Amino acid sequence: MGQAKQYLRPSSIDEAVRALAAANGGGRALAGGTDIIVDVREGRRQVDLLVDLKAIPELTAIDVDGAGGARIGAATPCYRIAEDTRLRRAYPGLVDAASLIGGVQIQSRASLGGNICTSSPAADSAPILIALGATCVIAGPTGERRLPVEQFFTGPRQNVLQDGEIVVAIELPPPVPRSGSAYLRFIPRNEMDIAVVGAGVWIRLDGETIAEARVGLGAVAPTPLLVVEAGRALAGKPATRETFEAAAEAARAAAKPISDMRGSDRQRIHLAGVITRRAIETAVQRARESQS
Amino acid sequence: MTKRVHVETRINGREVDFLCEPGQSLLEVLRDQLHLTGAKEGCNNGNCGACTVILDGRIVDSCLVLAPEVEGREVTTIEGLAGPEHLHPLQQQFLEHAALQCGICTPGLIMAAKGLLDQNPAPTEEEIRLWLAGNLCRCTGYDKIIRAVQAAAQQMEARV
Ligand SMILES: Cc1cc2nc3c(=O)[nH]c(=O)nc-3n(C[C@H](O)[C@H](O)[C@H](O)COP(=O)(O)OP(=O)(O)OC[C@H]3O[C@@H](n4cnc5c(N)ncnc54)[C@H](O)[C@@H]3O)c2cc1C
Ligand code: FES
Ligand code: FES
Repeated sequence: MGQAKQYLRPSSIDEAVRALAAANGGGRALAGGTDIIVDVREGRRQVDLLVDLKAIPELTAIDVDGAGGARIGAATPCYRIAEDTRLRRAYPGLVDAASLIGGVQIQSRASLGGNICTSSPAADSAPILIALGATCVIAGPTGERRLPVEQFFTGPRQNVLQDGEIVVAIELPPPVPRSGSAYLRFIPRNEMDIAVVGAGVWIRLDGETIAEARVGLGAVAPTPLLVVEAGRALAGKPATRETFEAAAEAARAAAKPISDMRGSDRQRIHLAGVITRRAIETAVQRARESQS
Repeated sequence: MTKRVHVETRINGREVDFLCEPGQSLLEVLRDQLHLTGAKEGCNNGNCGACTVILDGRIVDSCLVLAPEVEGREVTTIEGLAGPEHLHPLQQQFLEHAALQCGICTPGLIMAAKGLLDQNPAPTEEEIRLWLAGNLCRCTGYDKIIRAVQAAAQQMEARV
């Protein structure tokens, strides 16, 4: 049974970055611990130093500024996202995903930063963050950089972070009138499982025409995907079942899944279409109902 | 050998301090050092909820919390529920409804249910089932657990 040899709880980003950079690859960030504590314990990862990010005020802050969008500290636990009425109004798809990650105990701890940094192809927050056009704010020894979430992942359990870098926050663009979003996943059970397929959709309506759309897919490829073709199949088209089907077809075409104990590749391709269509329907419905 | 960490915290309303390994879980420290063996180790990976405790008002799996993380915080375990004279209504109702068999899931379920009733004193059956989805019981089939939580909620409502 593995265990980290050192625990640090810095109160600033600088301190965290310096400690991780000085650990020569032996350091990891600790947010909610729901992935990393198990990975270390079960010997999947050797870690000398765990740097707890939760005492850094910016890492657990939620700022919602109507005109400027929202900024969610990377280590903020999911329950705070799920309970935030401002986020629910502006980014309902993100709240869908944050409410799905684990049961209540996991929700108390699991964060968006941890979810994307584990970089599982099935990470529930990834497809909707991609669909919403979210950006990761990354801090490291050489300063800060920003990256669209779809460019963050490089392979199963791999991402762009270099030694000493941490994700500080996720930034969401300001909500626009008559837009809506949704995240939906398929799991073998009703609760508490890992997505076989997940689809995140963001949509903007102009009357009953879809003006713009973005579709993210999870668990159907080595990384979560932005499915540009699905967005294209929706944009400029009437919000009808036929249009949704065309986008679902694009999602099926983009899916390059593996077979594992949760589902075969054929089942995943089929489900990619079904789940994408249903997420589009919900996002469109929410766009119709949106006040602003 | 790693350098041990000194941690000061509050557990069940009392100031407590202990020395632990930096990577040790809260569950291990509770059980092995503080002799609070109510929280159980089921899976040790966040799936079963047998190790559930309340940390600053939120239920967590104590196997997924590092002991040094509780510095300056407030932990409640099953040992903190009963008063000097009486069991907590949840404990009482679990007994009366025979909501346990082997009992390994019971402390975690009661702590999880307490977390629910603290914020929602009159939950529906569906709310109870959803809230307890992170707690596994291999013996009872859950129904008696749900009845016990409902009865405890009523008992607690009646008292205020
Ligand atoms: C019972 C159970 C159920 C689960 N259910 C789901 C589910 O339904 N859907 C799902 O997607 N996941 C699920 N998970 C997995 C996990 O809970 C999530 O991936 C969670 O979001 C991880 O967040 P965390 O804050 O706990 O990360 P941690 O465990 O703290 O960290 C995860 C990884 O990211 C790194 N890291 C964390 N934060 C940062 C940062 N800000 N910058 C750089 N690196 C960082 C860590 O070093 C580590 O490698 C489940 C886990 C368990 C145990
Ligand atoms: S022992 Fe902690 S969740 Fe199972
Ligand atoms: S009573 Fe045996 S696991 Fe619940």
